Amino acid sequence: MSLQVTDLSVDHGAIRAINKITFRVETGELAAVIGANGSGKTTLLRALSGLNRSAQGSAKWKDFELLHTKPELLVRRGVSHVSEGKSVIPELSVEENLSLGALWRHDRAGSLQMRDKLLEHFPRLAERLKQSADTLSGGERQMLAICRALMSQPELLLLDEPSLGLAPLMVAQIFQNIRDLTTTMGLTVILVEQNAMSALKVADIGIVLNLGSIAASGPAKSLIADPQVRAAYLGY
Amino acid sequence: MYQFINTVLIGITSGAIYSLMAIALVLVWRSTRVVNFAQAGMALLSTYIGYECIQRFHSFWLALFIAMIAGAGIAAAVDSVFMRTLFRRVSHGPIAGVAPIIATLGLLGLIRAGLGLFVGNADVSIRPPVSNIGYTISGHTLAFSPLKLVIVSSAMTLMLALSLLFSKTNIGLSLRASAFSPEIARLAGVKVDRVRTLGWAIAGAAGAAAGILQTPNGTGALSPDSLDFSLLLVFGFIAAVIGGLDSLLGAVLGGLLLGLVLAFVLTYISGSLVFITAFVLLIIVLLVRPQGIIGMNRGRRA
Repeated sequence: MSLQVTDLSVDHGAIRAINKITFRVETGELAAVIGANGSGKTTLLRALSGLNRSAQGSAKWKDFELLHTKPELLVRRGVSHVSEGKSVIPELSVEENLSLGALWRHDRAGSLQMRDKLLEHFPRLAERLKQSADTLSGGERQMLAICRALMSQPELLLLDEPSLGLAPLMVAQIFQNIRDLTTTMGLTVILVEQNAMSALKVADIGIVLNLGSIAASGPAKSLIADPQVRAAYLGY
Repeated sequence: MYQFINTVLIGITSGAIYSLMAIALVLVWRSTRVVNFAQAGMALLSTYIGYECIQRFHSFWLALFIAMIAGAGIAAAVDSVFMRTLFRRVSHGPIAGVAPIIATLGLLGLIRAGLGLFVGNADVSIRPPVSNIGYTISGHTLAFSPLKLVIVSSAMTLMLALSLLFSKTNIGLSLRASAFSPEIARLAGVKVDRVRTLGWAIAGAAGAAAGILQTPNGTGALSPDSLDFSLLLVFGFIAAVIGGLDSLLGAVLGGLLLGLVLAFVLTYISGSLVFITAFVLLIIVLLVRPQGIIGMNRGRRA
């Protein structure tokens, strides 16, 4: 019961974006994938969620192969992806964005129950249910995007740079929310982040990507303590 | 005064038909980013199917219903067999942008010519379900008749049903999500390819309704090389552009506005100016307000 990625490679035309990486994330863990721009973080997530179809190697979630499976089918297997840049549909209302994530379940009662549970955590969204998602602040949109993914009742959640473009105070809050949700809902989370320190602080394990390869990995605490990682990725 | 009321009623009646056609074009544009010129051909084919039903079952309403189902089926087949293959084969290169448009033009010609071979080029006529003799109010006979009332109320009812489908149902939510952001819709579990075909099907049904309703609204004559269907396509397209091409409400308002403007030109100025007015209106909208009368500020996404 884990996510096992083995020899995963992804090419963007002639450029190798990810070069034969192997790692494992146990069920219930929050894994932070950190690294500079262009290190292959987003490409990794897009391969895992089926958006990138050119990946080679293998990525097994509970013996189920993620690579080359369409995202709309992966959702049905319990894998939800929140793509980069506030993955909400601005033309739809907050309520509709939430419902969207649960449409495929064809379970109206279950989906309303899930919605109420999420809205309890995020009263800001509850107050804005009928408003269009366009009117939300950056942080609220990010929470809506994550809630939309949770409406699919996933077991594995893939988050791409949730802190992008948010104020520092909001970043801390989003990460704390992600940590809490991971624990209370028993999720396994792959959190891709540029904001390395904040991500590692809430994560169980960390994976440092550099130019498509794994430069370092291990328990988040020991990565934070590692002088080399600190110097290269945490900025001090 | 009577003439004014008359003109408004006539304008709304033809406008509602343009709206239906505009809805058909907008639905396809939103789901596949294709301006579907074949819509006129598909509507023509559906109208012929409706005509056959009227001959056999003597019921205008049954014919309308069957024609809409047939229109939906034809459109779904065109999308899932023809367009999807086309998108796969020409996804890259200089031809990719225009290929779908040229293909729908080709399909339009093919349907018209094929229909001509099959049913011949002579006019047939669709018998209206109710009288086309105008209402009389205190001695004045209006051009607005029971038939026009039936046409305008059918078109309005269909549009109301569509708007409920889009705003209140899960299917509508999938359709809108897939149109606005296919990638996020897929990540949320929507089977976008199927929803896209469904969008085409609804467009086919709306186009079929426009075809069936506009035939008795005009001369009642139907032929494979009918000028009326070409005008329906052109006016529907102009209405869709007036409405911003991306908006269903815009398509409805654009159709009604176009219908009213053309009716006033016809009544108060000259019948020979109708066609020119439609295009002048199109050019003015494109120059002054290219995002359409209710289009969003982000402008048109191509």
